[in-house]
Amino acid sequence: MSNAPVNSGRRKFLTLTTSVVGGVGAAAVAVPFVKSWSPSEKAKAAGAPVAVDVSKIQPGQLIRVEWRGKPVWIVSRTQKIIDELASLAGQLRDPDSQEPQQPEYAANINRSLKEEIFVAVGLCTHLGCSPTYLPDSFAEQVEGVESGFFCPCHGSKFDMAGRVFQNVPAPLNLVVPPHHYVSDTQILIGLDKGDA
Amino acid sequence: MKKLMIALVALLPTLVSAAGGNVHLDKAEYDLTDKTSLQNGAKLFMNYCFACHSTGYQRYQRVAADLDIPAELMKENLIFTDSKIGDLMNNSMDKKDAGKWFGNPPLDLTLEARLRGPDWIYTYLRSFYKDESRPFGVNNTVFKDVGMPHVLEELQGIPTAVFETKVVNGVEHKTIVGFESNENGEMSSDEYDAAVLDLVNFLVYAGEPNKLERQNLGIWVLAFLVILFVLSYLLKKEYWRDIH
Amino acid sequence: MLKKLVTGTIDWVDARIPMTETWNKHLAQYPTPVNFNFWYFFGSLAMLVLVNQLLTGIWLTMHYNPSAEGAFASVEYIMRDVPYGWLLRYMHSTGASAFFVVIYLHMFRGLIYGSYQKPRELIWIFGMLIFLVLMAEAFMGYLLPWGQMSFWGAQVIISLFGAIPIIGDDLTLWIRGDYVISGATLNRFFALHVVALPLALVALVFLHIVALHEVGSNNPDGIEIKQKKGSASEEAKGKFTFHKHYSGKKDIIDAVPFHPYFTVKDIMGVAGFLIFFCAVIFFLPEGGGYFLEPPNFEPANGLKTPDHIAPVWYYTPYYAILRAIPDKLIGVVFFGGSIAILFLLPWLDRCKVKSIRYRSWIHKANITQFIICFIVLGVLGALAATPVRTIIAQIASVGYFGFFIALWIYSKNEKTKPLPTRLTFK
Repeated sequence: MSNAPVNSGRRKFLTLTTSVVGGVGAAAVAVPFVKSWSPSEKAKAAGAPVAVDVSKIQPGQLIRVEWRGKPVWIVSRTQKIIDELASLAGQLRDPDSQEPQQPEYAANINRSLKEEIFVAVGLCTHLGCSPTYLPDSFAEQVEGVESGFFCPCHGSKFDMAGRVFQNVPAPLNLVVPPHHYVSDTQILIGLDKGDA
Repeated sequence: MKKLMIALVALLPTLVSAAGGNVHLDKAEYDLTDKTSLQNGAKLFMNYCFACHSTGYQRYQRVAADLDIPAELMKENLIFTDSKIGDLMNNSMDKKDAGKWFGNPPLDLTLEARLRGPDWIYTYLRSFYKDESRPFGVNNTVFKDVGMPHVLEELQGIPTAVFETKVVNGVEHKTIVGFESNENGEMSSDEYDAAVLDLVNFLVYAGEPNKLERQNLGIWVLAFLVILFVLSYLLKKEYWRDIH
Repeated sequence: MLKKLVTGTIDWVDARIPMTETWNKHLAQYPTPVNFNFWYFFGSLAMLVLVNQLLTGIWLTMHYNPSAEGAFASVEYIMRDVPYGWLLRYMHSTGASAFFVVIYLHMFRGLIYGSYQKPRELIWIFGMLIFLVLMAEAFMGYLLPWGQMSFWGAQVIISLFGAIPIIGDDLTLWIRGDYVISGATLNRFFALHVVALPLALVALVFLHIVALHEVGSNNPDGIEIKQKKGSASEEAKGKFTFHKHYSGKKDIIDAVPFHPYFTVKDIMGVAGFLIFFCAVIFFLPEGGGYFLEPPNFEPANGLKTPDHIAPVWYYTPYYAILRAIPDKLIGVVFFGGSIAILFLLPWLDRCKVKSIRYRSWIHKANITQFIICFIVLGVLGALAATPVRTIIAQIASVGYFGFFIALWIYSKNEKTKPLPTRLTFK
């Protein structure tokens, strides 16, 4: 057993290089394990954008469609309701949609692309129940307001633009999902305009 | 002469050997990088096979993306059921009814190329011949007494078998040595072979859509490992200088 | 500052569990024979493959559906729809075959260098138990894709239990939990494959290593590196410090600490192995129809048997023995016996010399014929039986069992070569 002179510089260099290269390899091995947790093609197909024809919705009517397993509401608002929205500002937590609960194109007073058509995810921002649409009996909840959404679970209240009222458990306005008009009468829910 | 073209025995797909019943299979020279061929194969499959055979483990969307078929084109020309583009490629045939019609329900063909091999499919689809004794009027030298009509008849016509009688040990054996085209198909023999090859190509793709991705990634992985091996060899040598 | 924090943390842990002590005892000051050769890579490689199987297996269960209705489709779902699912699946399926390649080579090493001999009988027994559990693990795992080969392979193997007199039929019924292989069988195999057997496997591997470290490794020369205290020269003891657990009672000669010398060597082995392993995963995942058998690309169908049923390659030697015997019960007895007899190896070999290097030509010839018979049986087990092949399989079966009988006879008074006093190492 001869004592070969130890070239410690070379040894350190090789140890470091092998460790770094081995570490890169280990990180690369982790990639398939991590990525396999992302939504599969099946989940993506089930969560694909949903096309909805809005021409048949009567004024005041709400229809529900399923997108990514969640209820999405499409409400056709009457002119009276639209006019009323501005007057409610004082009773709301976030009347001007400051919180990022909607895409930029819906960060307006109507929280929508077109004045009359309102699109929102129908889940309360408190604990995820689906609020009830009260087209003509909402005044029982908020005096002087004819229609709105009332959550039966913990009593949160939202106006006809999905904006949350003060003094209820829900902290935020209802979520407006990404959507755009493919034609005058058809909305595609789940996709911003331009994203293919 | 042109009307009755007898193909050469050597070029013919099937030669049932008298001894073991093993069938000679022609090599299918498919090319997974050939998108035109894959697209044509997909088109042929959807038009001629899909009515009975699903490929229910793959999705329209993935096929469209992998084969460079625009989604709109796929929806208009290749989705015949009311499926969405993200759906699995299942046909609308009722499995029980189909079982009654064909004896067995038609198989799902997503993995056919991995089950039987590309050469088998390539040869099989080129080995139908006229046989009035069978329910569909055709038989097949690769899959004897197959319970399936010759769905590509429109393209190939129905060939008739050429028999040769040999006497082995005093017993007469009738073997099929070739086929004779009846010239009723839209395609020439070469065109038909090419079309079948495209179809095979598509089924090979369907069997393992990641095959090219796998091989491409593999080259990088192996290159990396060679570097790691060289480094670890040098490292080992460096440490073991202590001992020598 | 940082250094102080590190030593402080180590001290804190050491006061609570013996971390540094264990590190030194089993790695940094663990005496390893200096003359390990190529055959000594396969122990660490088996560990690597085990980890690979555990990790990819856990990840596959995240997407797999253990039901007769959903299993086959969920495997294709993994292959197509799950991001990188195909890679995880091929790592697992290739890993299964790699496990047996590595284990067979590891066992071969033990065989030629007499690593099973006294005082290492328990290491061998634990190793054989690992091998047995591994075979059960692989068998149950093979049912899970629910393809034709999964179904009919399981059908054949479970039917073997039917050969047992009196209880046979009831036993097969109990194992299946149904009159045929069904979802009930699939579910229990799934539970055993992903939970029970891996636990047993990990526990046995732990015991295998505990037993190994207690007596120390054998080596290609088959002589002990632990010698009587005070008997070895300073030159023989070398310059390394070993843990007092080993050096306290014995003089240790021609050894090096496992870490860093064998860690760097094993890393090299791992890199080399991964080149072959990844070449299969990325370019030959079906292993020519031996790792993934073509009929398994068709969903299980209890009414239609594939033309040719062959077990996966790692079972074929024993399967060939089973088939070579024209009686069901006797066939099963010999089938079981072919594996059981391996357990007895430490007591069948009565020679005092361990390594093939210093043993008689008879022993060399015996091992050679054994390996040839084993490979011949392996090839035959994968092929369809014909009368000629059955005769060859019978001859090879005689050779297989004959190895053990002959060994027991000649090893008692074997003419061996003189052993060296020091390990041979260039």
